[in-house]
Amino acid sequence: MLLIDCPHCGPRAEIEFRCGGEAHIARPASPEETSDAAWRDYLYLRRSPKGLHLERWNHIHGCQRWFNVARDTVSDEILAVYPMGSPPPDLGRT
Amino acid sequence: MQRYSIVSLARNALTGHRNWPQAWRSPEPRPEYDIVIIGAGGHGLGTAYYLAKEHGITNVAVIEKGWLGGGNTGRNTTIIRSNYLYDESAAIYDHSVRLWEGLSAELNYNVMFSQRGVMMLAHNTHDVQVLKRHIHANRLNGVDNEWLTPEAAQAFCPPLSIDRHARYPVVGAALQRRGGTARHDAVAWGYARGADARGVDIIQNCPVTGIRREGDRVVGVETAKGFIAARRVGVVTAGSTPVVMGMAGVRMPLESYPLQALVSEPVKPVFPCVVMSNSVHAYISQSDKGELVIGAGTDQYVSYSQRGGIQILEHTLEAILELFPMFSRMAMLRQWGGIVDVTPDRSPIIGKTPVEGLFVNCGWGTGGFKATTGSAHVFAHTLATGEPHKINAPFTLDRFRTGRLIDEAAAAAVAH
Ligand SMILES: Cc1cc2nc3c(=O)[nH]c(=O)nc-3n(C[C@H](O)[C@H](O)[C@H](O)COP(=O)(O)OP(=O)(O)OC[C@H]3O[C@@H](n4cnc5c(N)ncnc54)[C@H](O)[C@@H]3O)c2cc1C
Ligand SMILES: [Zn+2]
Repeated sequence: MLLIDCPHCGPRAEIEFRCGGEAHIARPASPEETSDAAWRDYLYLRRSPKGLHLERWNHIHGCQRWFNVARDTVSDEILAVYPMGSPPPDLGRT
Repeated sequence: MQRYSIVSLARNALTGHRNWPQAWRSPEPRPEYDIVIIGAGGHGLGTAYYLAKEHGITNVAVIEKGWLGGGNTGRNTTIIRSNYLYDESAAIYDHSVRLWEGLSAELNYNVMFSQRGVMMLAHNTHDVQVLKRHIHANRLNGVDNEWLTPEAAQAFCPPLSIDRHARYPVVGAALQRRGGTARHDAVAWGYARGADARGVDIIQNCPVTGIRREGDRVVGVETAKGFIAARRVGVVTAGSTPVVMGMAGVRMPLESYPLQALVSEPVKPVFPCVVMSNSVHAYISQSDKGELVIGAGTDQYVSYSQRGGIQILEHTLEAILELFPMFSRMAMLRQWGGIVDVTPDRSPIIGKTPVEGLFVNCGWGTGGFKATTGSAHVFAHTLATGEPHKINAPFTLDRFRTGRLIDEAAAAAVAH
């Protein structure tokens, strides 16, 4: 089980949180002009990388606020926690 | 290939079983093949077997980064059933069950397929409606599935508690009698032996590190043993598929999650069938060795750690004990995880990719062991002819662009 450092409440057990999946996926700006392929990319294509993953979490059984996490998907180590809307921190790796 | 029989068993007994031939070779790769399959799980090995047997294509290599059958094939809880909701799913999963029924004889290898029945429990009105809808849809597709009252469910599986005051009371069940289990390793070994005997090279301990393209065409794979040229390449790498397809520059509608299982100490036969509950998320059977085989859920985040969180196991065991209080004193012996590649609609992807000559068979997620036979069979057709078999034609990668999904996720919530 992960120990997640909520920016508002501090370190809490993973069971208090809900993972919201890959972060930094922008909804197409003008839906009417968006092609089927672009909708597919937005809705369904995911990186699922072996290594650094940027993802959203919600402290659903706590403050209920969203934030971003950078995590290594091989070791599961959490490398950084950063606010929604911010670009990912420079971790010196991809 | 030495055929296994009562005669060969007796003859080898005379020499203390020291002279059995190896079941397959360990060849060095040739520089070039007609078809290279990446991943020696059941689906990849089965594909090679049917390529050789049904299509006469034997200049084939199966390239495996570890040992054959060491991926999800060797880590799963072996539930086999075909009572999926949609026509497309019923077609491929029932094609698979029919192939399972003849597989031991076909391979001359005992895969221990046991049609002991798979019973899915209903705990509330919603479950009843969903399961009955499945039963009706299955019957229209010629797939057996029947409704049982709680009493009939308990008669079929005596350890089941149907106490009306339980937290999750059993209010009925759907039973597929043709469902059951098989021996996971034997399926990989049987297909490997059959493919090898027909000339297929199985190259173990050889990770594929790159997929070489010339323009929009695949020309071969980079491996730990050097470059291997191929006219066609089939990617059958389950949880590693996002990474492997990334080597060809193709992004996939997949996410990989850890999925866990565990087994108890072996005991005498106490559990006659397979029981699944989607609502409380538990599934259980007893292996022929006597261990209770229990499957848990996936973690909620992408991971390649092959472990899984302890809270997921706790949740499953709580549910198991609600349903089967008699197991409360059982000791659990082993726990492990596999990495499952999950699609948005929980249906597999079997067919072409944007790269010519590159084909993929993936997205089986938490429930592809049951389809090892049928998936391998139709994927061999696809690799041999360059076009999908009619059974896998709907399972395209392109469906995520067209929107023609096969949404077993909405149909079942979880599926194994
Ligand atoms: C705990 C658990 C329980 C499950 N329970 C059930 C169940 O009850 N019923 C059911 O139907 N399904 C179940 N499944 C799902 C099922 O196990 C899989 O869908 C199925 O076994 C996939 O088979 P495969 O041959 O595609 O993959 P695998 O057996 O995983 O084979 C893929 C192979 O590719 C190899 N590979 C990966 N990357 C590379 C590379 N770069 N180069 C070379 N080789 C590579 C891997 O080493 C692996 O051997 C379960 C899965 C798990 C983990
Ligand atoms: Zn919080």
